[in-house]
Amino acid sequence: MNKPSTSPATVDPKAVPVLEMRGITKRFPGVLANDNINLDLQRGEIHCLLGENGAGKSTLMNILYGLYLPNEGEILLNGKPTKITSPKIAIAHGIGMVHQHFMLVPTLTVTENVTLGLEENKGLFIDVKKPAERIRELSKQYGLEVDPDAYIKDLSVGMQQRVEIIKTLYRNAQILVLDEPTAVLTPQEVDDLFHTLSQLTAQGKSIIFITHKLREVLKVARRITVLRQGRVVGSTTPQEADSAKLASMMVGRSVLLKVDKDAAKPQAPVLSVSNLRVLSERRTVAVNGVSFEVRAGEIVGIAGVEGNGQTELVEAITGLRHIEQGTVQIGSVAIPSDNPDAVIEAGTAHIPEDRHKYGLVLSYPIRYNMVLSIFDKPPFTQGLSLNEPVITQNAKDLIKKFDVRTPSEETFAGSLSGGNQQKVVVAREFSRPIKLLIASQPTRGVDVGSVEFIHKQIVSQRDAGVAVLLISAELDEIMSLSDRILVMYKGKVVGQSEAATAKREDIGLLMMGTQKN
Amino acid sequence: MTNTTKSPSPILKVWDAIWTPLLSVLVALIIAGIILIITGANPLTVYVSLVKGAFIQPGAFAETLTIATPYILLGLGVSLGFTAGLFNIGAEGQFYVGAVVSTYIGYAVTGLPAIIHLPLALIGGALAGALWAGIAGYFKATRGAHEVITTIMLNYIAFALTDYLINGPLRGKGSAPRTPEVLDSALLPKLFSSSDNLHWGFILALVILVGYWFLTQRMPLGLQIRTVGANPDAARYAGISVNRMTVVSMLISGALCGLAGASEVLGRYHYMPAAFTAGYGFDAIAISLLGQGNPIGVLIASVLFGAMNAGSGFMQLEANVTPAIISVLQAFIIVFVAAPAIIRSFFKK
Repeated sequence: MNKPSTSPATVDPKAVPVLEMRGITKRFPGVLANDNINLDLQRGEIHCLLGENGAGKSTLMNILYGLYLPNEGEILLNGKPTKITSPKIAIAHGIGMVHQHFMLVPTLTVTENVTLGLEENKGLFIDVKKPAERIRELSKQYGLEVDPDAYIKDLSVGMQQRVEIIKTLYRNAQILVLDEPTAVLTPQEVDDLFHTLSQLTAQGKSIIFITHKLREVLKVARRITVLRQGRVVGSTTPQEADSAKLASMMVGRSVLLKVDKDAAKPQAPVLSVSNLRVLSERRTVAVNGVSFEVRAGEIVGIAGVEGNGQTELVEAITGLRHIEQGTVQIGSVAIPSDNPDAVIEAGTAHIPEDRHKYGLVLSYPIRYNMVLSIFDKPPFTQGLSLNEPVITQNAKDLIKKFDVRTPSEETFAGSLSGGNQQKVVVAREFSRPIKLLIASQPTRGVDVGSVEFIHKQIVSQRDAGVAVLLISAELDEIMSLSDRILVMYKGKVVGQSEAATAKREDIGLLMMGTQKN
Repeated sequence: MTNTTKSPSPILKVWDAIWTPLLSVLVALIIAGIILIITGANPLTVYVSLVKGAFIQPGAFAETLTIATPYILLGLGVSLGFTAGLFNIGAEGQFYVGAVVSTYIGYAVTGLPAIIHLPLALIGGALAGALWAGIAGYFKATRGAHEVITTIMLNYIAFALTDYLINGPLRGKGSAPRTPEVLDSALLPKLFSSSDNLHWGFILALVILVGYWFLTQRMPLGLQIRTVGANPDAARYAGISVNRMTVVSMLISGALCGLAGASEVLGRYHYMPAAFTAGYGFDAIAISLLGQGNPIGVLIASVLFGAMNAGSGFMQLEANVTPAIISVLQAFIIVFVAAPAIIRSFFKK
């Protein structure tokens, strides 16, 4: 691997970097989150920080932003050692952070959000004219079109992200840190964002771009630093690396990025959803007259930007949310509303989108989590009492079969990594005979190695004749796993295509609600 | 973080579970001691006499255990609620209705041998408590009415109802407002024939304690209740009916509290007075918290509270301080147990 300071020909190695992090080490009880990390950022470049969940990216950036203090190491800004002990100091030094989850107040306007907490708002009266003017100037300068008087709640996610970027520019940020900025965007919005980023760097801003998506890294980065288990495992450039190389750096071994699968051999329909209408938490219509079928032996993927009714659709099918109208049939069984038990009895496995909410009891050992829906049935219960030896043995077997990395089956689910937690859920759901698999964001927050494993498991369930409904916000996942693709937009299925012939761009357009002419 | 942490060793687990309550009691003793010093008493003398009065004086330990008996059952009742994620503040009311129903069965049903009459009176008390708590459980499950509100309201209804019954239809012949004496066939016999009050209710409470452990730790129903308490969403996802478990948990919780009332009248009082031992059901909340929902913890906390109550009289005599200091002591224990963060901040930097 090349050293960061010598690798790219495009960056003048003699120039003083705007930011240098030297020998950063951060320990948490029992965990070495950052181990002697070196990172430098040249003026006007996009430096990608690549790594799996838990590799230490966020910790490193939180240190830069003054949220954590490092145990060792120093931070140099324009060559000067600087102590950053709070976000306030970080901002004063021109560091701006765009978090993955936006820090915006939906009921306030763009201007109000941008100036929140600044001197402009400290007086008795709020001056909105001058800040609005400055926001307009910034928008023009960097091509970040946005209406200063619009309310955040009326803006699309992509626009909200622009507001976040403007927020940092308004505070004169020279260094922008973007944490997984594309997670919530449509493919087209991602293109817009990349365009914005190039405008920013062209005008001298420097950007640290945190991601785990290889495609983006290769597209946007000038330099790439890969972290694994708290250490820098290497630095490279898009010219020198390809996806496979980056993936193996991230994981530490070679990874199969493409899902290997044969053509589907669909049989009779297993899941039939007809004219389904479901309300959201806020009592608005979330699913509006959706109908589709999933047949045995096929994977039907539902693509769509998050929040277009996919969550509510899955919750309604699995009995976790009330069905206002329409029917759900699994096999020959008509599923009543609000009855998760009937759904399980009908032979459904459900990998829930939120594993902390639904999938696991974090305060339980793995042993119990592995039998969460079946512990009251034989052989796990015998007579009056739980059959602990069988429950333990079951957990041991599944841990082995599904390669869950854990000290033992007694370990609390809450102390496992995201990938291993997901493996526990997958193991449990696949451990009983099923006809239907509903996999909702099955690889969210899961490391690349586990993604490969979980994808393989899903495909092998399909090949065994299980009907699979896959819901994912990651278009790549939908494209590579599905046999058929449905696109959801504003609670409706707006498009449908065979995966083999589907085009990424077309699906991207459908996800934004525009039809191709 | 990717690194998985090992689950703590059993010894560490036990230490983890007891150190907060232990330190809570310790800190409460120190603060109450400071208050004693301010009032001019020597805390050491006071505490020594409290220990003497609770454990060493003749009959003292038996009295401690006698008072601990209802505490154990009530503490378990409240703990079961907590296990299911329910805050049963109605233990006191369930205790009252349990007591009054088993008293009635105890004196009004005649001609039965003890082997039938006593269990009948006990079960009657437990069912009455279960019903009383079950009302709150039912409204929580079907209407979403919060159990804290409904159990408090049910408490007031229980107090007024028992008061009316004891002063009215169930009033005995004597001058004091109280029920008639329970028949011998329904009494929980004394454990020893000596002059103390310790009765078979204590043994019953210990048996129930083991049963409670078996239910919560070994039975699928217990695991279902725990799952609902630990993560109701995950419980629903796993096909466990949260509503059903809410009702079932309240029924069991109420049954334990009702049984406490039954044991108190059938073992200790042998009738139900108008001014019944007030506050046990509220103390039980503190006992449950102090015991951390663990049966052994509840047992220890019950004996501790029993000791404080039993020893206060002797303490007043020998050390010449007001028994109100016991209330202060208990109050501080509750504060510190309920807010473990305070305790941790004392001992951790």
